[in-house]
Amino acid sequence: MKKTTLLAAAAAIPLITTSLTATADESYRNKAIEVFKSNFVATGQAHLTRLDEDSVQNICNRTVNNPPHDIATKMESDQLAGVKWPADGKLMGDWKVGEKLAQDGTGFTWRDDPIKPVGGNCYNCHQISPKEMAFGSVGPSLYQFGKNRGNTEETQKYVYSKIFNAKAYNLCSAMPRFGHIGALSPENIKNLVALLLDPESPVNK
Amino acid sequence: MRKIRTIGALCTIAALGAGPAGAAGEAIQDKADAEFAKFRAEMEESNPAELFELKGEELWKAKRGPNNVSLAESCDLGQGVGKVEGAYVQMPRYFKDAGTVMDAERRIVWCMTEKQGFKFEGIAKKPFAKDEYTPEITSLVTFVAGQSRDMKFAVPLQEPHVREAYEIGKAVADYRAGPYDFSCSTCHGSDGLRIRMQNLPNISSHEGATKAVLGWPGYRMTGGVMLTQQWRMNDCFRQQRFPEPKYVSDVITVLLTYMTGNANGAVYKGPGIKR
Repeated sequence: MKKTTLLAAAAAIPLITTSLTATADESYRNKAIEVFKSNFVATGQAHLTRLDEDSVQNICNRTVNNPPHDIATKMESDQLAGVKWPADGKLMGDWKVGEKLAQDGTGFTWRDDPIKPVGGNCYNCHQISPKEMAFGSVGPSLYQFGKNRGNTEETQKYVYSKIFNAKAYNLCSAMPRFGHIGALSPENIKNLVALLLDPESPVNK
Repeated sequence: MRKIRTIGALCTIAALGAGPAGAAGEAIQDKADAEFAKFRAEMEESNPAELFELKGEELWKAKRGPNNVSLAESCDLGQGVGKVEGAYVQMPRYFKDAGTVMDAERRIVWCMTEKQGFKFEGIAKKPFAKDEYTPEITSLVTFVAGQSRDMKFAVPLQEPHVREAYEIGKAVADYRAGPYDFSCSTCHGSDGLRIRMQNLPNISSHEGATKAVLGWPGYRMTGGVMLTQQWRMNDCFRQQRFPEPKYVSDVITVLLTYMTGNANGAVYKGPGIKR
């Protein structure tokens, strides 16, 4: 599935080169890519293939995160189609486990043990529970998210898929694709959905 | 004495972090920042970086290496052989003898290998301070940086090679890849962003770039070691979830050209103290 998505998107890229308006300067971009390809070494789990762009990264880089609307819409739907839903059909887990996961900022650096589970990194960028004051501001505040949005199945689906693949809704979002890259399991994403939507979660108190 | 003061000040910062629930994170952050700035000002009166400046000066003047020459009598940092005053704030710059743009640390390493005859592999093997170990190159960079204290950053951006390095540096900063789709700019390309309580300077602006380059090389309280910008860039790529940049390679030089170039005109305050 993932492969098909990538191929489809890659095929679309050459067609739009002439119509891009806010483009990155291609000559400097190409020189920057040469620099990336020759100046790095693999350390720990961080292999050199991480320097390669996938189709989403490519279009975002080449348009300075402002892809043409039709391309963005098509690629977002491809990303959404790749979301893996929980086998049991339930989208809400345990908010307490979610909170622990949200606090954990480890994973994927060359120092991290690739065998160990990866954290959700949520507080790095978002305000969530009012009890945690050390929150980042790269992403919007999620305090009272469930109170404001309600806990409908539709909202649960949105939150689950947004965490699984943020690029399904905003192609060049700053947020990582936690499910898509295998950082968070469906079970753990469910726990994060609960943190945001469960009426018992401190987020909604 | 210094250690006790450090702990005292850190407790103050920690206490601020545990403020009343409901207070805005921004307000607490500003308070913690102000507290740290006060603490830094106090520390800088007896700045640990100065010890490394002194050590670096000794190393700069000593005849060393297989060729038994000193850097003072052989190394040109762009202002003439042996001249260190004002050299740091005018790098990265283009060096004709090397045929490339170099930042300060890269240039000193170049002099150590080309003039003194040291092996590059020996320097690059453990290039950053850890625990009780401080590489000689770190002290040398700290000494050279100290000789630009209170001078304005003046990266020669009108020079074509430097200009190109600047533009490539900008493209490097904007390049998203890796498992998290991060570029430098994801976190350091807009104003007012934080990761947890840590402010993220916007390196694309003059003000933010100035914040990013001031205080390096710096004595870092986390770990209690002296570190240079080469280390800072290396650790940024780690947090970006990228592979590891090679020591004193182009990718670091172009990024430093971009950042320091954006800080041009700001006054460098010398080797500093970092969280």
